[in-house]
Amino acid sequence: MKPLLDVRDLVTEFPIGGKQGLRAVDEVSFKLNRGEVLGLVGESGSGKSVTGFSIMGLVDKPGKVSSGQILFDGEDLATQSYEQMRSLRGRRIAMVFQDPMMTLNPVLRIGTQMTEAIHAHEKVSPSQARIRARDALGMVGIPSPEERLDAYPHEFSGGMRQRVAIAIALLHRPDLIIADEPTTALDVTIQAQIISEFQKLTEEQGTAVIWITHDLAIVSGLADRIAVMYGGRIVESGDITTVLEAPHHPYTRGLIRSVPSENSRGTRLAQIPGVTPSLSRMPEGCTFRTRCERATDACRVRPGQFGNELDYHRCFHPFEEKLA
Amino acid sequence: MSLPNTPQNESPLLEIRKVSRHFGSKPDIATRISIALGAAKPPPVVHALDEVDLVIRRGEVLGLVGESGCGKSTLGRIAANILQPSSGSVLWKGTDRSKLNGRALRDADLAAQMIFQNPMAALNPRMNIETLVSEAPAIHGMIKGSRAAYVDEYLQKAGFDPDMKRRLPHQFSGGQRARVNIARALAVRPDFLVCDESVAALDVSIQAQILNLFMDLREQLDLTYLFVSHDLGVVEHISDRVAIMYLGRVVEEAPVEEVFAKPNHPYTQALLAEVPRIRPGKRKFEAIKGELPSPINPPPGCHFHPRCPFATERCRTEIPKRKEIAPHHYSACHLNDVAA
Ligand SMILES: Nc1ncnc2c1ncn2[C@@H]1O[C@H](COP(=O)(O)OP(=O)(O)OP(=O)(O)O)[C@@H](O)[C@H]1O
Ligand SMILES: Nc1ncnc2c1ncn2[C@@H]1O[C@H](COP(=O)(O)OP(=O)(O)OP(=O)(O)O)[C@@H](O)[C@H]1O
Ligand code: SF4
Ligand code: SF4
Ligand SMILES: [Mg+2]
Ligand SMILES: [Mg+2]
Repeated sequence: MKPLLDVRDLVTEFPIGGKQGLRAVDEVSFKLNRGEVLGLVGESGSGKSVTGFSIMGLVDKPGKVSSGQILFDGEDLATQSYEQMRSLRGRRIAMVFQDPMMTLNPVLRIGTQMTEAIHAHEKVSPSQARIRARDALGMVGIPSPEERLDAYPHEFSGGMRQRVAIAIALLHRPDLIIADEPTTALDVTIQAQIISEFQKLTEEQGTAVIWITHDLAIVSGLADRIAVMYGGRIVESGDITTVLEAPHHPYTRGLIRSVPSENSRGTRLAQIPGVTPSLSRMPEGCTFRTRCERATDACRVRPGQFGNELDYHRCFHPFEEKLA
Repeated sequence: MSLPNTPQNESPLLEIRKVSRHFGSKPDIATRISIALGAAKPPPVVHALDEVDLVIRRGEVLGLVGESGCGKSTLGRIAANILQPSSGSVLWKGTDRSKLNGRALRDADLAAQMIFQNPMAALNPRMNIETLVSEAPAIHGMIKGSRAAYVDEYLQKAGFDPDMKRRLPHQFSGGQRARVNIARALAVRPDFLVCDESVAALDVSIQAQILNLFMDLREQLDLTYLFVSHDLGVVEHISDRVAIMYLGRVVEEAPVEEVFAKPNHPYTQALLAEVPRIRPGKRKFEAIKGELPSPINPPPGCHFHPRCPFATERCRTEIPKRKEIAPHHYSACHLNDVAA
């Protein structure tokens, strides 16, 4: 089967003061089939959002995709014109941004923004659009949706704004949804409601989803596959169960071990030693080298992808045993 | 973790008494006339908080949890003195805060800081990180030595590389911005910090760093926290006591071990039944059954009754009173009357 999305060696850079650009995304490759959910997890600043922006053609200027391919349904998005991308966005590919105010206009009523989004790609009457907008709000668990259509974004709670952004992304039942930390600030009940809507889309419409998150508990129940990013690279990728049970890469292990619910109360949490170096100071070779307890001289060389193109890791001294 | 020992006679840091907060858009004159003539509906009023009582003791971490939209940020903003209640009163170190003025008011304002839920909205997009962090402490003469060193210290505390401090907020990732917000709140050296979903945007390893930092600071600087989070794992980890809200009311309040071991309120029980853990294997996520009650039209009696498996006739009409059902354990549910 030909994948819906096939990202190959994607590099996205931000030029900083004339010097060589900062590589926010560094040779990232992954594939996604219709109806599949990929959990994209990793350190803060590791390039998850920028990966999403790159696919959407929304990298903040002067940053740009400098090499690689983004094959969506056979066509390379990296070479599409602005107009072509605009007609795809919202209709065939949608993104739920990490910050809902990137989707929402603070001076327009919620209802107006939603009906405008509907009208951008579909010819429906204003009253029909309003009904669809209302139902979409109800679908993401907003009570009294009819009355709430007339509110402004600042009159919504943080989680409610996040949910409106999700509702807008789902409006046109796109083929691919990139959801960037879509439920970070939501309680479990509402989270489950929203995820159930995504699951419906993946099952009934074959929508593919990239679910960017740091919440491993959600990913463990939702995703088919997982890709773990660190310092702009995917350091481990594979089937979700396999990776969570027996992670090869030391960073993946550290990540799983620092989940608060897996630690005991009142004690200090297990944390990965050291801090993430900024992009301009990423070490040569393995980017995790400065924080890794298994590092040796061999790690001064950039690790390649060990494994096959779907299941791989980038580590010279991988763990083989299961997590305790 | 045991409760910090505060002398009996010392007043709590913050006391919230019967605080309600309503929001309603004010109709313009034309709309008011049409409402009067029956030609338009009055704009909806949101009952964000409904007679909330809450005490925050010096040195404690009070976790605040509840469904999205139940009023946590509104309560947090009132605690941090950024928003005024529609009715009820707030006591800061024993004094009604609305009676403070001059120096005392300024000190109380600085002493209570809030780390906002939405980092981007809280950061002026045209100011670089250094200015954002140093602005308030500089105005209030808190920086004795070099400004740069001061900023670096707080950025480092929050796990943010000071090398990047000349850049603008939009050039950072979500988690990096969240850390700038944390550095900014810490930089005015508050006594009381309202953390509103402050670690929600952070990956677990940085979350661990920040939570550890919060715990260290509490010891070093005697900080008190109101910690708003939807993440029960985080709340269980960091809090001494937990308050659970449902649709504008605090329904249960107890020491953390007690809440997790013996949840009393049916809403709390439902909430705890769903603590997410890492469990490999795909599962079906469940949609909400029935309609969610709305703060525009809160149900009469116990707000939870439309979703409560134990609801009786009484729950539909009478608001349950807050009762101490065990030492320091409060709950507002009619079932506790029967059991007594
Ligand atoms: N407009 C920009 N200009 C310069 N650098 C940028 C810009 N946007 C992002 N970056 C940098 O690119 C890197 C990757 O950022 P990205 O937002 O993708 O991180 P992320 O993995 O989504 O992290 P988080 O979990 O914190 O949201 C970061 O180091 C960030 O500082
Ligand atoms: N400025 C405002 N104007 C009108 N309504 C408001 C305003 N601020 C909050 N509200 C309403 O008050 C209610 C409570 O909002 P609040 O932000 O306190 O919720 P929350 O518990 O923090 O939710 P979340 O977890 O989603 O952030 C919501 O229904 C919200 O729409
Ligand atoms: S390659 Fe070396 S430094 Fe990098 S993660 Fe593996 S062992 Fe650690
Ligand atoms: S008062 Fe009644 S409806 Fe409310 S939680 Fe208790 S049993 Fe349920
Ligand atoms: Mg991000
Ligand atoms: Mg909130």
